[in-house]
Amino acid sequence: MRRTVGAVLRKELRLELRAPQAVPAMALFSVTTLVVFHFALQRGQVDGDLAAGVLWVTLLFAAMLGTSRLFVADHEEGGLDGFLLAPVDRTALLVAKALALFGFLAAVEVVAVPAFALLLLGPTPDAEAVASLVLVLLLANAGVAIVGTLVGALAVQTRARDLLVPLLALPLLIPVVIAAAKATTPLFLAAGAEALPVRWLAILGLYDLVFGLLAYAVFDYLVED
Amino acid sequence: MLYGTRLRALSILTAVTLTAGFGLAFFYAPMDADQGFMQKIFYVHVPMAIVALGGFVFGGIMAIQHLRTRDARYDMRSYVAIHLSLILGAGVLVTGSIWAKASWGHWWVWDEPTLVSFLVVFLLYATYQPLRFSIEDPERQARYASVFAVTAGAFVPLNFLAVRLAQAYTHPRVFATADGGLPARMQLPFYLCLIGMALLFATLWKYEMASKHTSAQLRSLRRKLGGDEAVAPRGRSAAPSMGTTT
Amino acid sequence: MTDALPDNTGYVAAAYLVFFALVLIYVVIMAAKLSRFERELSELEELADERIEEREHETVSS
Repeated sequence: MRRTVGAVLRKELRLELRAPQAVPAMALFSVTTLVVFHFALQRGQVDGDLAAGVLWVTLLFAAMLGTSRLFVADHEEGGLDGFLLAPVDRTALLVAKALALFGFLAAVEVVAVPAFALLLLGPTPDAEAVASLVLVLLLANAGVAIVGTLVGALAVQTRARDLLVPLLALPLLIPVVIAAAKATTPLFLAAGAEALPVRWLAILGLYDLVFGLLAYAVFDYLVED
Repeated sequence: MLYGTRLRALSILTAVTLTAGFGLAFFYAPMDADQGFMQKIFYVHVPMAIVALGGFVFGGIMAIQHLRTRDARYDMRSYVAIHLSLILGAGVLVTGSIWAKASWGHWWVWDEPTLVSFLVVFLLYATYQPLRFSIEDPERQARYASVFAVTAGAFVPLNFLAVRLAQAYTHPRVFATADGGLPARMQLPFYLCLIGMALLFATLWKYEMASKHTSAQLRSLRRKLGGDEAVAPRGRSAAPSMGTTT
Repeated sequence: MTDALPDNTGYVAAAYLVFFALVLIYVVIMAAKLSRFERELSELEELADERIEEREHETVSS
């Protein structure tokens, strides 16, 4: 199982490195979205809950962009059939794709979060706030990656997959948005960053656990044929 | 399996229970101290909400059975339950909005966590039918719909928890609901309305299942009598077929 | 405390009307389906009658 996951994951990363399309597009999209926010909100700087909101909406929509493409190449070019013929555990595909999506999201955030800090964030977060932010990002990414992989696999077989992925994924990800926004609001306060509220990290963890187990249980039914 | 059995008795029981429940709500239950007469909306809004959520969960359970047994009848049961719950859910949102307007003067408030959670759940399940419609192969359509129903069913409690926690420290609970603190004379009408609403769901569900079953049998009968040419092709549809054996 | 009855009666009535409207719409849809079933069944009855006639002709002619 682990070897299968490793093999598929390496394929995903190699494909993306060789012909980068998802990550650069997502990164560019997030920076552009930040600019749009500047004009839409008519502000030069945001802090507190507004800052958290802008950051998470930007990251979420960039994630929607990338998720639509996750299974498309496999579906169109027959990689999925090849995988199904191999005598391996089907759930390895789920794990590998989710890890790949997690990696892509992390790569996008390396660009998007500093851009956000540069363009829109008022207060400068100190080292501890940055570390807390990274923790929240990791937990939130896990949730987005799991749900994104599940929804991507669900939608790839349909005729309207670009429309369906955001429609399905966004309501499912609302708890992640709630928890992530609540958790990061204290980090962006104008008066000075406060401590990270642990309860929201617990919610994110619970969400990741529940959806991780759920995805693990149902994924087989999506890729059989 | 026949779905129409005992349907008449069930309908009568539903009508009696609901009438008694609403009657008691208006003539027996006391006036709410804070909200006055408009609190009476509670007796129709909250039972609808609870039954709709129960319907979504029931749809998820039927979907699990479908995935386990591959029996197309479970898929139909899941589909009808979700379909009905969605309609009830629309009613919940409308009556909740009316209640908000009466209480606060706005057609929508974000203060009431249950209503907000319900909106999210409604938006999610609204994609169920488009999802089904966009998959042509019936077997795959049923399978993917079941995966969705299971995922969404697991999502419902998580969502309510998250939204409730997000509100807890900013706004107090606005509308009186069933959990805790219902005065004694409000409890009887409320529980009657809740049971009546659940019976209504069961009745409408059976009606719908009987109707779909009859459709399938008529189709099968037509094929047997007239040959395959007598039957019009089904075309693309979001609704499940009952499978070839009933 | 002022009597809230006149102001809020409209809202309460509207909420309950929404509920009843949903149920009634359902009844209407079911009625439409039922009439379609009746029509189809009578068509199938005709088809069955044709089959019986054909079989009688076969036994007569054979």
